[in-house]
Amino acid sequence: MKKFSADKLFKWCAVGAGVLILAVLAAVAVFLLIQASPVFIGDRDAAAHSISSFTGGSTTNFFVFVGPLIFGTILASALALFLAFFVAVGIALFISHYAPKRLASVLSYIVDLLAAIPSVVYGLWGAFVLVPHTYPVWKVINSVLGWIPLFGGPVSNPPRTIATVSIVLAVMILPIITSMARDIFVQTPLLQQEAALALGATKWEMIKLAVLPFGTNGLVSASMLGLGRALGETMAVLMILSPGSTYGIHIFTASRNQTIAANIAAQFPEADSMGVSTLIATGLVLFVITFAVNYIARRITHRSSSKKNGMIASVMAWSTRKFSSRNANHSAVSKSDTGDNNNGKAGE
Amino acid sequence: MSDKNQTQTVEPQALDPDFVPTPDFDKFKPSRSSLAARKRTDLLMRILIYIAFVIALIPLISVLYTTVVNGVHRFDWYFLTHNMRGVVGGLYPYGGILHAAVGTLEITLGAVLISVPIGIMTAVYLVEYSAKKRLHKAISFLIDVMSGIPSIVAGLFAYAMFSLILGPGTMNGFVGSVALSILMIPTIVRTTEEMLSIVPVDLREASYALGVSKSRTIVKIVLRTALPGIVSGVILAIARVIGETAPLLVTAGAISSTNFNLFSGRMTTLPVYVYNEFQQGIASCPTISKFGSDDFGLCVPGIRMERAWAAALVLIIVVLILNAIGRLVAKIFSVKTK
Repeated sequence: MKKFSADKLFKWCAVGAGVLILAVLAAVAVFLLIQASPVFIGDRDAAAHSISSFTGGSTTNFFVFVGPLIFGTILASALALFLAFFVAVGIALFISHYAPKRLASVLSYIVDLLAAIPSVVYGLWGAFVLVPHTYPVWKVINSVLGWIPLFGGPVSNPPRTIATVSIVLAVMILPIITSMARDIFVQTPLLQQEAALALGATKWEMIKLAVLPFGTNGLVSASMLGLGRALGETMAVLMILSPGSTYGIHIFTASRNQTIAANIAAQFPEADSMGVSTLIATGLVLFVITFAVNYIARRITHRSSSKKNGMIASVMAWSTRKFSSRNANHSAVSKSDTGDNNNGKAGE
Repeated sequence: MSDKNQTQTVEPQALDPDFVPTPDFDKFKPSRSSLAARKRTDLLMRILIYIAFVIALIPLISVLYTTVVNGVHRFDWYFLTHNMRGVVGGLYPYGGILHAAVGTLEITLGAVLISVPIGIMTAVYLVEYSAKKRLHKAISFLIDVMSGIPSIVAGLFAYAMFSLILGPGTMNGFVGSVALSILMIPTIVRTTEEMLSIVPVDLREASYALGVSKSRTIVKIVLRTALPGIVSGVILAIARVIGETAPLLVTAGAISSTNFNLFSGRMTTLPVYVYNEFQQGIASCPTISKFGSDDFGLCVPGIRMERAWAAALVLIIVVLILNAIGRLVAKIFSVKTK
């Protein structure tokens, strides 16, 4: 009898913990909404006053206030993703197909170290190392490619600009994309690779024919997850970027853009209660954007997982854990992954 | 590796001419120039891929190098054992990170105490109890959502919640713990889930066959087998949240004296300390210090940056040690499942 009740108790603890996750997520949404609500349904004058104090009096409308922030957030993250994507795919291919087998795990550990470094240290590094050293580079790009609007405009010195920020963001999301891409590349069916080689393909042609098509969906969702990470990154942006609130697309010009997250962190300490509500409302906007990006990433994963026996799904589930805590158990996990593979083959 | 490639890329020789149908295989024979072009592309891509890896190493080495070089100057026993109380400008009591270290320790511990039980029990529920039920899907989906929450939004959530419960503007260490546990829970759930699902079913069935109840089987057999992986996952999750700045900036704030009470008053943490020192810029020195900094070694205008770098060095050391421990635990204690 006692055993039975202990059994039940344990089960209900487990169920309770699961339900608590639901409750916490609901609480996040509810509490943020409650705290943000004064901006929309409270005292109009107070809300207008706090927004105009954030924007230096240029607007009293919340959406006019948050628009440039959304733009800046997406601009910085998209640039970071663009910079990180090709490098990450390159590293992943290097680890999965070019490096000697014995070195591979060491190499991926080194890349994962990049993700272990706290963002505030990246901020310091960006502000003291990157900012002074990138100015000549931006100057050259500006003079050569200045006819492209993105690279046009005056080059600020020191370059506390979106361009510099996006480099730091790219470094920060690099390990996420790399580790997911690597895990998918490693799972490319060996038979397809060998078939390509047997037909006389060079190594690169083999990768183009067999590895990359297999990994396309995974790569897309990996980069979406990386994008989601870059969107929410606060400290590096806060410490490097000289903020402004315009829709400026000149990435070498300072004081034009700001991101939502950095704006919250910058304004929060001095904000009054209405100011805090306004900032929390912008936080909600950020939450919605990252949610959308992550949701798209998961959808892509699910679509591909129905095609490919859940292999990518298992990698994704694992990477969800991994992109925050890297490589818990390389050996154990690879065991489980091969297990999945075998199951898949048996199923066919 | 390259040798093997070359043998594989040799074009197929024309077949024995004695065979009756003699198709013109030369038609398919690649021209020398196209072969060379393919080889060139192959080489080019190989080089690009190697370069990609080198590119990734540059920031890593640069970050570690700058932090060590700039941080080692102020990194001593004095720095570790003093707080920022009574520290004025660049003058003598140079201050340290004792208060920040205490804050980080307590807030992180609080986050661990909140998130480890919830995370592990949720994973137990997902793996052992809810075989593909609707709740399973919902929870699994929401954990994905949770892992995508930007850290500053987690901080705002904790702030908003405690503002509503304990009155507006509540800032203390525990609020920070709650914010961090939002970030830790998805990590811990995913790790534990992974570790639980690789525990062989045979072990569970053997235990049931001996008449052991389900809860005891889970606690004594399944969790026991998965323990090293879980511990390593938890340590790695700690290594991640210990460097979080933004959520603590809005929940725990900063203070210059040492606060041991997690539940009352603001608490400085290491990352926030780094940010604060960085933000305050060059310290002011009285005019005498023009000579003083050289002659008496009194006033250091760049003291705040030195402190920021030294604290960053401490942070990196802590994070790297935690990472190493996490991996070692996983490697050494992992139960051989085969």
